Order: sequence, then C-alpha cells, then structure tokens
Amino acid sequence: MGRSVVTRLSLTSKSEAKLSLLEALLGSDEPAECAERGVDWLVEHGGAEEVLCLQVGAKDPRLVGLAAAGLRNTHYELPEIDLERPDNPFTAAILGRQVVVFEQTRDWRRRFGRLPLSAETLLLVPLFGERTDELPIGALLVAPVAAKVANEARWIAEALGKKLASLRRFEALSDAERRLSNQNAELQHIVNAVSDPLLLTDAEGRMIVANSRAETLFAALDGESDGRRRAIALNNMLFSAALAQVALSGKEIHRRELPLVDPSEGSDLLFEMIASVAAGARENPALVCVLRNVTDLRAATEELESNLHKLRAAEANVRRDRDRLELVIDSVADPILVTDPAGNIVLMNTPAERLFTLRAGANQDAQRAVRANDAQFSSFVSNLFFAAAPRWSAEFSLVDPISGETTPVEGVAGRISTEQGELTAIVTILHDRREAIEKARLYEQLKLASSGLERKVAEATRELVWQNELLQRQHLALEQASKLKSQFLANVSHEFRTPLNAILGYTSMLLQSIGGPLTAHQRKNLERVDSNGRHLLAIINDILDISKIEAGRSSVENGDFDVHELVTEVIAELEPLISRSRLEVGSEIEASVTTVRSDRKKVKQIVLNLMSNALKFTAQGSIRIAALAGPGNGLTIAVFDTGIGIAPEHHSKIFEDFRQVDSSPTREYGGTGLGLAICRRLAGLIGAKLSVESALGVGSCFKLELPRSVP
Amino acid sequence: MSREKVLVLVVDDFADNREMYAEYLRFKGFDAAEAATGHEAVELANSLLPDVICMDLSLPGMDGWEATRRLKADDRTRHIPIVVVTGHAFDGDGQSALEAGGDRFLTKPCLPEELLSSIESLLARGQP
Repeated sequence: MGRSVVTRLSLTSKSEAKLSLLEALLGSDEPAECAERGVDWLVEHGGAEEVLCLQVGAKDPRLVGLAAAGLRNTHYELPEIDLERPDNPFTAAILGRQVVVFEQTRDWRRRFGRLPLSAETLLLVPLFGERTDELPIGALLVAPVAAKVANEARWIAEALGKKLASLRRFEALSDAERRLSNQNAELQHIVNAVSDPLLLTDAEGRMIVANSRAETLFAALDGESDGRRRAIALNNMLFSAALAQVALSGKEIHRRELPLVDPSEGSDLLFEMIASVAAGARENPALVCVLRNVTDLRAATEELESNLHKLRAAEANVRRDRDRLELVIDSVADPILVTDPAGNIVLMNTPAERLFTLRAGANQDAQRAVRANDAQFSSFVSNLFFAAAPRWSAEFSLVDPISGETTPVEGVAGRISTEQGELTAIVTILHDRREAIEKARLYEQLKLASSGLERKVAEATRELVWQNELLQRQHLALEQASKLKSQFLANVSHEFRTPLNAILGYTSMLLQSIGGPLTAHQRKNLERVDSNGRHLLAIINDILDISKIEAGRSSVENGDFDVHELVTEVIAELEPLISRSRLEVGSEIEASVTTVRSDRKKVKQIVLNLMSNALKFTAQGSIRIAALAGPGNGLTIAVFDTGIGIAPEHHSKIFEDFRQVDSSPTREYGGTGLGLAICRRLAGLIGAKLSVESALGVGSCFKLELPRSVP
Repeated sequence: MSREKVLVLVVDDFADNREMYAEYLRFKGFDAAEAATGHEAVELANSLLPDVICMDLSLPGMDGWEATRRLKADDRTRHIPIVVVTGHAFDGDGQSALEAGGDRFLTKPCLPEELLSSIESLLARGQP
C-alpha cells in the first residue's frame, strides 16, 4: 500500500518529469541526446548518484559509452566489453536480460579493465527494444544500488531501450535504401558502359531496361528528324519480329542475326542478337538481349573471303608460272640450277639433273662424278654468297656421270634479291665450253691460215706491184722507143722526100723535053728512073702511114655510112686496074646490110688495099667483094679471089711489116709489102678483125669483121 | 706596079728543089725569085711583093710556118697567096700550115707541073 502512496505522492512531481522526458525522447532523433536526457533524469529524479549509458555498436558487438551523469571522472575510459565474449561476467549479465547487481571485483578489473564509475557495486540494467528475441541494444550502469533507484532505472531502461532500438532500426533501414539506390545507379552505369546495345524486355517485347547504345537505336526523343524516327520505327519493328522468333524457338539462349538501320547515318548495320530468358522471373518472364555489331565483322569476313580467293588465284598463277618456268628451263639445253640462300639446290632442269643427280643403280664412278660436280658447283656458288657483285662467272670442269666425260663449263650465276636487297635465290646457268673451245681452236687455225694467206697475198701483191712497175717501165720505155721510132721514121720520110722531090721533078722536066729533045733510048731510061722513084715514094708513103698509126697520130672519126656506096666507090677507083686485068669483078651485098657506124676513111683504105692485092695476085678467074651480116650483130666485108693463094704456114706472116710470101729481091709481085701490115693496124684502130682463109693455087678470102657499133 | 710576067717567090733551103721549081716556072713563062731562109723570104716578099709565094716549111732560122704567119700579119704582104710545099706529110702538118696562113698545101714529092697547076688556080681565083 505504501508503495501506491509513494507512487501517488510522486505522481504529481515525478509524473510531470517522466512526461517531459518521454516528450524529449519522442522529439529527438539523436541516440546520444536521448541517452543524455535519460541519465540526467535518473540523477535528478531517480535518486542515482552515478549513471553511465552504454550502447551496442551498430556494426560490431561492442559496448560503447553513449552518455554519463554524476561521474566524478568526466574523462572515462571503458574497458573492452565484447558481447561475443561470454567469459566476461559483465557480458553474461547483460545477455541474461535481468537487472542485476554487478561488482567491479579486483579479479574482474584485472582481467577486463576498470569501469569509469567510482562505486564498486553497481546496478546493471540491460536496454532492449520492442522485440524480446533480439540482442540488447545497450545497458545502464547505475549507483548506488537501491530499490528506489532500481525501479526508476528499470523505467528509464524500458523507455530508452525502445527509443534507441527504434533509432537503430531506422538508421539501419536508411542505410539499406541508400545501398540499394547506389547499386541501381552502379548497375545502370555498368549497363551503359557495355559497348553493345543491351535490352531487357517483358514477354510482350516492351522495353524495361535499355542502355544508351540501345536507346540510340530504338528510342525516339522529342524533336528528332523524320528520317531518324522512321529508322527507329523500322528498328523496333525488326526487333519485335526477332523477339517473336525467339519466343517461338523456346530456347533458353537464342542467337540470330538482326539487320538494323543506323538512325544517325542511315547506313545498314548487322547485329548478332543474343537473347536469353532472365533467370528468376518465371511468373513474369523477361528477355535479356545483347546485340553485337557484326557489320564490320561481316565486311571483314567478306574481305577475308575475297582475299582468300585472290590468294588462291595468285597461287594458281604462281603454280602455272612455275610450271611454265620449269618447261622453259627444261627446254634450255644448258644446265640451269636455282639455289636458295642456304645453298640448297631447289630447282634444276633436265640437263642439270644429268650432272647433279644420281640415277638408280649408278655405279661408283657415277657417284664420284656427281659428288665432284656438287663440290665444284657449291664452291662456285659460294662465291656469290660472299661477293657483293650481283653476278659471278667462272670456268670450271664437270664430269658427266653417264659418259664419264670431263666437260669444261662456264658458270654464270646471278643473285635474285627482294626489293629490300635480301637474297632470295641464286640462278646459275652452266654453259658447255667445248664448242666455244673448239671454235676458238678453229678460229686460231683459221687466223693462222689466214695470216699465212695474207702473207702470201702480200708477197704476191708485192711481186705483182714490182712486176707491174717493171711492166709500166717497160711499157714507158716501149712507148718512148715507139715514139722515137715513129719520129725517126717521120724524119726519114721527110729526108727521103726532099731528094726524091728533086729526082722526080728533074726527071719529069727532062721527059717534058725542057732540056731539049730526047732520044728513044734516053726517054726509056728516064722513064725507068721515074718508075723507081715512084716506087720509092710508095714505100715511103706506106712507112709514113704505119708511123702515123704507131705514133698515135691517126685519130678515129666515126660516122654512119652506106656500105653499098663504099663498095661501089672502091670498085670505081680501081676501074683502071680492073679493066687492064681482064678479070671478072663482082660485088654481093646482102639485103639486110645497109649502113654501119665506123671510120669510113679507114674502112675504105682497108678494102681498097685488099682489092688491089686481089687484083695483083690473081692472074685469071674472078674477084668478088661481099658484105654480109654477122658475126653477131656485126658486119663482114670479104674479098674473094682465085689467085695464087697463100700456104697455111704463111697465113700469119703476111700481116707482118715488109712481108710478102716471096720476099726475095727477084720477086715476081710488086708492092711495098706493107699493105696488109697497115690494114691490120687500121683494123685494130677501129675495133675490127682482119683474117685470111686461103689455099695455095686455089685462091684467098680476106675478111674484115666490123662490130655494128663502136666499142 | 705592073709587071709583064707573074713573079713567083720560091722559098726552099734545099737548092736543087728550089732551082728546079724556079727553072720550071721560068720555062713556063713566070718570073721566079728564090729565098733559102725564112728571113730572106720575108725580106724579099716585102721588097719584091711577088704575085705568089711557094713556101717550104723546114727552114733554118725562121721556119716556113713563122714566115707565113709574118707575111699574113703584114698589111703589105697579106694579099700574096702562099702555096706551102713540104716534105712533112702528117695530117697535122697540112692543117698547121693552113692555120699559119697558107692558101694551098702540097706534099713532096711534088712534081713541078703539080705546083704550076696550084699556082695557076690561085692566080685565077685572085683575078676578077
């Protein structure tokens, strides 16, 4: 009963204090402020001397001081009170959820530290929230230990415990919200950071989430161009169609190609769409779609394919070229070898194979020959590996493994380099030098023979020159002698004529009886003087003719003349002789013979001479002069007689100077003996030919063959 | 100047020929003067002014060609016809004699009657 009185008594003052404390707790959101109000109230109104309020940390299970009142030592340090250490009696007391008396024993202090309250015996009041299954939120340590204080402390603990727990709950709740929103923002960030368009749609294809890449393809903003809008509408249509396909397929993960349009550029894009059903959303199925831009990939693939195609074509070309090359080098008779930069033979033609490869069943000699050839060739090619020159040639000998014959060859090797100058191959051609050597030998022989010949020719030429000189000298001497002779003869002729002139002149005067009348005997003798003088004159005239011709003072004057006319003229001039001879003289001129081109005067002189000879040497019978065509296109004038004739052995003699067949002083026939000699010379001058056919006692035929035109 | 007889100047270094022609011409009614050299011939031709000259070519000193040329170059003697009588019988000789100014050309041996007919034909030509 007493108790109720006290209660009632204190009701008037304590009720107001409790009410104001509850109001204060209600109005504060700060745990420290609330705790401070509580502990202060206990000291002011609850009879406590020292009060300390501890709170369990929000994150770790440790008790931390929140507020204190009445403590002598305001700078208090709390011992380590860990709620997870149940060996601490303090912890056990709190977890026991009962208001207990706790004593800071010497042993406790030593193990766990000293509490900041000066009293050793304390009331320990755990603070709890609404829910009894939860851990305590804190504790109140109050001194002195008294029932009255304990009651007030319990009341405070209840009010403060609930307040602190609610504050702690609120605090925890807002932390979780913040975290969630942060996580959301991060997620959006991540989603946007994905370079591929990413979409989350519901079962009907409505977009729930889209990253910025996806938005540029599928989301139209206000105020965008019509082109863009159309492109986006088209994209949405295409996407929806693709989604429908996905839904039909029923697969968890679906891949397909999705052609779209770039809304900003209008160009075609190709995406690979990977759609998967979002896990954990069975009642409300959603699709996650990732679109990978494969436009470039497609182009790259196409390019790759085209490149591959080209490569194949190039390879085929190369193969064809190589085949052709092999055909070409095989058709070359000289051995050709291609060596790689390591010195290995990579290609050779058939003639090279004969020298550098072993045939099946080759004997030891052949093997030796191939090895020797290899060594020779390697040493030759090695020159080019070290030399800077692009070409190398040398002569060496190889052995034919089949015939065993040693062949001298000239090797010509050339470097084949890349544009960067890197050696890629060496091509060598081996030229068989046997032919060249043989040629050189033959050439040497030829040269020798030729030089011998040259020497002989030179000798002969020298001889010829010498002979020629000699001849020329002789010719000059002869010419000079001839001229001298002609001059001499001309002088002689002059010197003959001068006295002959007097002889013939005086004789003529005597015969004209200028010196008085003559007896018959005198006249007869004078006539003999006259006759011999005239003969002498004839000789002198003939000699003069010859000397004129030989001195080159008888010039040829050509012209066309009538042959018939000439013959008639000759016969007319000889008429006195003809009529005296009583011979039958006739002429025959062929119809085709008309004119001829020659020196008329000389032709006439010759014909006249031949005719007078015929008259002289013919006692009876006939004389005939004929003009015939030929030989060739020439003309022949022939004089036939039936005279004494000329023996064959004399045929050539009669054309010599001062020749008659009978050249004895007592000869039967007159004449100077120079007639035919003159005729021969004249014929030579006009390019004609004079010849004779005759038989002793039968007659003679003299022929003058004239060329039709002057040579 | 008129003369009864035609005067012929006979030029020849060989006396027998010269005298033979002169004797014959005189026998035939001519007057004959004689010269043995070219100089003599030119001198006599100038002094006597003969009607005809009979000229040999081979003469000592001035030859017959030169003498003929001189006579034909002189106005006083140019008109006198000259008969060249020579032992030179080459074709060129006659030509060269005519070129020198000779009016006739005769080759020795030349009978006196041949010379006479030449002279007569020359004189006949000279008369109207």
